[in-house]
Amino acid sequence: LSAGTGLVREIRSKNAGPFWVTIDVFCHDAEAFKIVRNRLETVEVAWALQADPLRLKRFDIADLHVIKFSLPRPQVQGARLDRDMHGASFAVLVQEVLEAAGGTG
Amino acid sequence: MAPDIIAIDGGSTDSGPFYLGTGTCKYARASIKREWAMLMRARARLGVPLLIGTAGTCGVDAMVDWMLEITAEIAAADPAGVGAALQVATLKSSQSPGTLAEQFSQGAISALEGAPNIQAADFAGCSQAVALAGAEQIQAALETGADIIIAGRATDTAVIAALPLARGCHAGGAWHGAKIGECGALATDNPGSGAILIEFDEAGFTVQPTGAGVQASPHTVSAHMLYENADPFVLYEPGGYLDVTDARYTALDPRRVRVEGSAWVPTDAYTVKLEGARQAGFQTVSLVMVRDPHYVAHIKDWVEELEAVFRAREAPNIAADFALEFRLMGQDATLGALETQAMSRVRGGGSGVHEVGVMAIITAATQGQARDIARLLNPYLLHFPLTENEPMPTFAFAFSPPEMDRGALYEFQLNHVLRLEDPMAAFVLETHEIGASA
Repeated sequence: LSAGTGLVREIRSKNAGPFWVTIDVFCHDAEAFKIVRNRLETVEVAWALQADPLRLKRFDIADLHVIKFSLPRPQVQGARLDRDMHGASFAVLVQEVLEAAGGTG
Repeated sequence: MAPDIIAIDGGSTDSGPFYLGTGTCKYARASIKREWAMLMRARARLGVPLLIGTAGTCGVDAMVDWMLEITAEIAAADPAGVGAALQVATLKSSQSPGTLAEQFSQGAISALEGAPNIQAADFAGCSQAVALAGAEQIQAALETGADIIIAGRATDTAVIAALPLARGCHAGGAWHGAKIGECGALATDNPGSGAILIEFDEAGFTVQPTGAGVQASPHTVSAHMLYENADPFVLYEPGGYLDVTDARYTALDPRRVRVEGSAWVPTDAYTVKLEGARQAGFQTVSLVMVRDPHYVAHIKDWVEELEAVFRAREAPNIAADFALEFRLMGQDATLGALETQAMSRVRGGGSGVHEVGVMAIITAATQGQARDIARLLNPYLLHFPLTENEPMPTFAFAFSPPEMDRGALYEFQLNHVLRLEDPMAAFVLETHEIGASA
């Protein structure tokens, strides 16, 4: 998911095995990372993902200018009620949280 | 520079539980054979072992046999290109579901974070189960001296880490380099450019792309630890875990990156991860397109009423248990309850949506039952009116017949580890002679 040329270069989500999904927010540089890190409230991301904030893992990786979230999948990959085999679409929800908090640019 | 081994991770759970559940490969046999023949010829030219892990997508024993059969066909057809007489080692990873149930009851199996809450009977209910081989089992296969090693399910990294570990390279560097290399050029600035070369040594590893004009940078290499990893710093493997918290990434030049400082932390118990899938019924799918603006504007109400009337009227005609689920494509088919942009949740009622695909998914114990229920549902999808006081509508089906049998539904069942006293206890290593002298 390309998020434009402003603060964020890319937001992607993907399975981390069949039981977890992980979302990476790649910022352009150190300054953008600081801004995005402060804009992305963990509780807001948890709310958007309808996840238990206590089970939402967050990693702020300054060296890479990346903010990473990992959480148990709402549905196990490929189970009857799963809608997204590769966990590709969760990134959109994090982008919306960021836009609501001031934007990606 | 010539490599010491050609190592490939040949599988994944990433395409879903069907392949493990059925014990089959995602890809066409012809394309596997074509690419494997190229690698076998490269092996012959270089005189190094060729190793594939998680053969046939899921890595069950039948897929190891399948790859061995393909290998023998290639050897018979092209002895000059791939070698006239070849020794092949096979490493099998399949587990008996019944044995796993016993091991679970005996306390040898424990759940990982996020695992389903299951009992011994659930292990026995798996149609297929595998254990993920680590470096120890791959090393045992390499020690046979085989030209080609076909391994069943193994961790992505063990396939690459096994040889450098066996030769005494830095353990943290071996596992970290293996993680960086498991998706090939994904750790470079051109993910589609194919293979990368990794040099392991006593202090770390160096990454070098093989594609012309392709570059690896500290950013592209370090970022790959994020990929498909819940934790960007820690990676659990059989016998321990990799910790890259203190890893240092240095650009040697515009193409190559040097990595040192990664740590391997052994654990007291030796465990291997388990994967298993079970059959969870059969499915039939119907898809109807709704273009009438009146119905599009009230699509949620239409589907809810249609389902209620269908269940009330047809329940006496359906003897089997079934699950019926509707997904509204163009509405919330992808994210379901997480969707923020569906018409029903947008102030003012719409955001330019002019058609909706209504996908009905029926799950039942047999394919026949699922199909029959889909056929009962069909007139409702075709003609169900929003209210009683309006003309009978007709909606658009793309196909005849409109219902599509999906076959069996499989679900992942296990997110557990099995404790082993002997790393080889859950695996079977064999050697085979193929080619002219066989």
